[in-house]
Order: sequence, then structure tokens, then C-alpha cells
Amino acid sequence: MSLRAELVVDDRDVAVTLGLRRGETVALLGPNGSGKSTTISVVAGLLQPDAGEVELDDRTLVRAGGRGPAAWVPPHDRGVALLAQEPLLFPHLSVLDNVAFGPRSAGVPRGAARGRAHHWLAEVGVDELASRRPRELSGGQAQRVALARALATEPRLLLLDEPLSAVDVALAPGLRQLLRRVLRDRSAVVVTHDVLDAALLADRVVVLEGGRVVEQGPTAQVLARPTSDFAARIAGLNLVRGHAHGETVVGESGLAIAGLADEPLHDGLEAIAVFSPSAVGVYREVPRGSPRNAIRGVVTEIEPHGHQVRVRTEHLAADITPAALAELGLAPGSPVVFSVKASEVAVYAA
Amino acid sequence: MNPAGRATRATTRHTTPRLGLPAWVFVPAAVGALFVVLPLVAMLTRVQWRDFGALITSESSLAALELSLRTATASTVLCVLFGVPMAVVLARTSFRGQGVARSLVLLPLVMPPVVCGIALLYTFGRRGLLGHTMEVLGVQVAFTTAAVVMAQTFVALPFLVVSLEGAMRTAGTRYESVAATLGARPTRVFLRVTLPLVVPGLVSGAVLSFARALGEFGATITFAGSLQGVTRTLPLEIYLQRETDPQAAVALSLLLVAVATLVIGLTRGARSAL
Repeated sequence: MSLRAELVVDDRDVAVTLGLRRGETVALLGPNGSGKSTTISVVAGLLQPDAGEVELDDRTLVRAGGRGPAAWVPPHDRGVALLAQEPLLFPHLSVLDNVAFGPRSAGVPRGAARGRAHHWLAEVGVDELASRRPRELSGGQAQRVALARALATEPRLLLLDEPLSAVDVALAPGLRQLLRRVLRDRSAVVVTHDVLDAALLADRVVVLEGGRVVEQGPTAQVLARPTSDFAARIAGLNLVRGHAHGETVVGESGLAIAGLADEPLHDGLEAIAVFSPSAVGVYREVPRGSPRNAIRGVVTEIEPHGHQVRVRTEHLAADITPAALAELGLAPGSPVVFSVKASEVAVYAA
Repeated sequence: MNPAGRATRATTRHTTPRLGLPAWVFVPAAVGALFVVLPLVAMLTRVQWRDFGALITSESSLAALELSLRTATASTVLCVLFGVPMAVVLARTSFRGQGVARSLVLLPLVMPPVVCGIALLYTFGRRGLLGHTMEVLGVQVAFTTAAVVMAQTFVALPFLVVSLEGAMRTAGTRYESVAATLGARPTRVFLRVTLPLVVPGLVSGAVLSFARALGEFGATITFAGSLQGVTRTLPLEIYLQRETDPQAAVALSLLLVAVATLVIGLTRGARSAL
């Protein structure tokens, strides 16, 4: 383990355990206010936890609230670099000196530090901007420079707090590719609520909700078979939680969804049924003589989704064509029946 | 203002539509402006330009001017040396009793200067709180040029602390956090990030302090007395001349206004060149 963090921050109601192997990138996913930023602030040393322990490569960075003597390594001595949502380039320094700031702080002479800065600026593809002032950069350029500045400290751990959220939509894909290349062999934690970041950047995801870890695992597995509502939502999947009864999941409201289980489930075991909105048929009445699952609901929202229209009820979503929507005459408040074949529903243990 | 802030201000100046101010505000605004400007004009009308050169270059005038510039500069330097750390502690830390500490530090802003002078006298005067200690050490400050500098620093220091603390709070701590995660030790963060970002606030604080020190009268005359060339600064000289030679007093007043305006103008220019 390269990073092991257990932390409790009382006034934000956060209690999180996070582990990271050397060279691994973990995506920290979760809705706003779920404790993602609090977690990385503690690891970076910008926030003191009420209790817990953070270790990086066998070095204790923080220990508080019992379990051995208290420890606190100040942020400048941690070898942990942080790339925030906003680039936060020092406005009074040139781009080059911004990037050279880390090496200079580590005692590298000016010339050598600037050399290293040029190297990292070239690495992120903006060396031609070296002599500019931060205010002369676009948002995407500034974030590239900020990345070069973080990398130039040669951190043992890189923390990225929603690094693409303040970047223009058109520029995000290029920057994401860059991050993908840069993070390949690095130990990094990426805070995000974007499924693309998780899918393209992370080996593993950890999902936080309400200050607790609710799910974690390899990215592909979590996105394909989420067990938390948040992971299901960002993976664009419908999720019904309940108890197994054969290959059917019976939810708390009595809603029963039949599906296919790849491993046999014991009756009564906590289980999850997951299906894609595109596998859902939408009707006004329960279709007769169909072997499908039929789920009654009330439309809460209708929104464009690519070339289709996403119809949401309180818990589920269905994608239909605009023509089908017009034919059904749906509007928020309409009663509706969602229908999905059992063969389209994956059932697995929670 | 940091460069980004300056840019924002410049753009708002161009793009903000004119707000519909109520017409009546212009009346009290004009009256107020007149109230400030008219006395200056009145003073100008009383200047006898024929003798002006001779009046301001008399030996006592030049001595007072030189002393004023020297002491005001020295106390501005002291204000920066002590005021910057004070502002940092107030803006970047929190401790029990911080509010009380801030009020006490800023007290000279609202104290009558003559009271400041008496307080200094009872602290550093021969029979003051530290007077005996200082006598043993062979230091005697009351009624010396050092006393002038101390009186000016005492009344001017809060100006620097107030404006710098405000600038630091506005600048926030985000850049400092970034600098720390880039491996910068606290001293380096302070010198290379915190201070450069508040240079405009520091400059305006220093200008205010200098102006306050230059105009200091009450605390100086109480604590330092009025010895020509030693403690008699320009405001003291003006006050004395007013009794005997009103013409000289008016000429010197104009000189003081000119010096203050010049200093403020020069720092403005330097600031916009930053």
C-alpha cells in the first residue's frame, strides 16, 4: 500500500477509509457535499482530522485521536501535490516561474529549476507559454500549467480535485487525455463526479455518500455493476435494491424485478437489480400477455438525452424516441408503466 | 489590488450601465466636497507669492521640513516592520481574545493624539513605566528626535495594520495553500506568495501611515516637545509661526499640503506601474 488513510472530521460528518497502491489511480466519486474534498484536504495537510491516521509509503503524515502518539507533517513536507478545480496560478509570477516554484522551494538553484519547469511545460504541451503571465492564459492553458506546476514537484502522491470542472467543455477532452497519459504510472487520487473521468483515468473507484464510503472496486466493475445509487446514476443505469427471491429482486416498496443472476443467490440475501434506461419500454397501460417486468410510476422529469428523450419516474429512467414520447403524450405527472425484459436485468448480491 | 482584480475593475468600468442614482444625492455630495475643498482654496488666496520662496527657505522652515521628512520616513519604515507581522497574525491566525487584541492595537486610531503623547510619556518618559529601566540602560528618549519617531509610529501604525489586514483577508488563503502543497516552507510562502499578493494594500497602508506621521502634532508636542531641528516638525513649526508670522504659517501649510500630495501622487504612479 502506498497510501492508507483513515480519517474522521466531525463537523463535516466525514469518516472515510481510503487505500491506494503505488502507481494506482483512484477516483473518488460522490455527490456534492459527500466528503470528497474534505478527504483530500486531510491527505494534503490542509485540514486537520479529529481522528485517524494517514500513512504514505510507510511514513505517518497524520495521527490524531488515540492510537499512538499524535503526529502531524506540515503540507510542504509531505510530497503530496494538489491540483484544484481552479488553476490558482500565482498572478505575480510568469508561467515559467510558477512551474519553477516547487523545485525552487525544494532548494533547486534558479537555473536548474527553470530547466525543469521547461521540461514539464513541454510535457503538458504549453512550453511556448513560458514567458506569459497567468492572466494572459485561457482556462484550459492555465489548468495545463497548473498540472505542470504540480508535476514539477515530483510528488509521491498527486491529488486532483475536480481538475476538469472549471475547464471549457470543448477543451476538456484534450486535457483528460493528457491526465490519462500523466497518471498512467502515478499514485493519484482524482476527485470527480464525472463518469468519464472515472472511466478514463482511474483503476479503481471509491464512492462516497454522506461522508461515508458506500462502494469501491475496480472501475469497470463498479460502472457495470454498481451497488450504490450514486454509482448507478453516473453510470447511467437504473438500480433497484432489495432482497433476492430466486432471480427476482424484491424492493422495499414491494416492487419485484425479475432478472438474470450470474451466480445463484440465496433467498433473502440483499441484492441489486440493474438495467439500462435504453432497455426500458414505456407504456400508459400494463401491456397484456407480456413476460416482461412492469413497473408503475409517475413521470417526474422529461429531458433530452442525446438523440433520445429520458423519461424519469421517482426512481427509474427510460430512454425513448421523441416520436414515442409524442405518441404517448407524456408530461410530468402522467402515470406511466416501465417495462423491461428479465434478460436485460442483471441481478447480483449487494 | 492584484492584477486580476485590476482587470475586473477596468472591465466593469466599461461595461456596467450607469446606475440610476437618485438626483438628490448630488446635492449633499457637492456640499461635502465644497466643505473639503473650500478651506484649501481659502488658504491659497492668503499666500503672499512674493515672499513665498523666502518664507519656506528660511533656516527654521528648512530645518522643520527636513526633520518632518526624516521622521515620517523613519516611522513609516517602523510601521512596515511591525505592522506587517501584526496584520499577518490578525488576518491568518485565530486565538482567544483576538477581537480584543485587534481593538487594542487599533485604539490609537480613535484616541486624541495628545492623549497618545501623555500615554507615551508615562511609558518611556523619565518617570514612566519603563523610564527607570531605560535610564539604567543609558537611554533617554523623551524630548529627542527618537521621541518624534515613536510618537508618529504610535499614531500611524494602526493605519498600516488595518489596510493590510483587510487586503490579506480579501486575498484569501488559497494561493498560500497551493504554495504549501508545492513544498514551500512557511517563510517562503509568506515572502513569495502572501506579501507579493498584498503589495497594493501594503503600499496604500504605508502611504496612509506616512501621511498620518507627516501631519502628527498632538502626540509629538506632548511627548517630544518643540526643539528646533530636534523635535520641531513642520506641523509644530506652522503652529508656532501662526502666533508670530501668519504669512509664514500659511506658506508652510501650503508646503505641507504639497509634500503630502506629492508623496501620494508618486506612490499612485508607482502602484499603477506595478
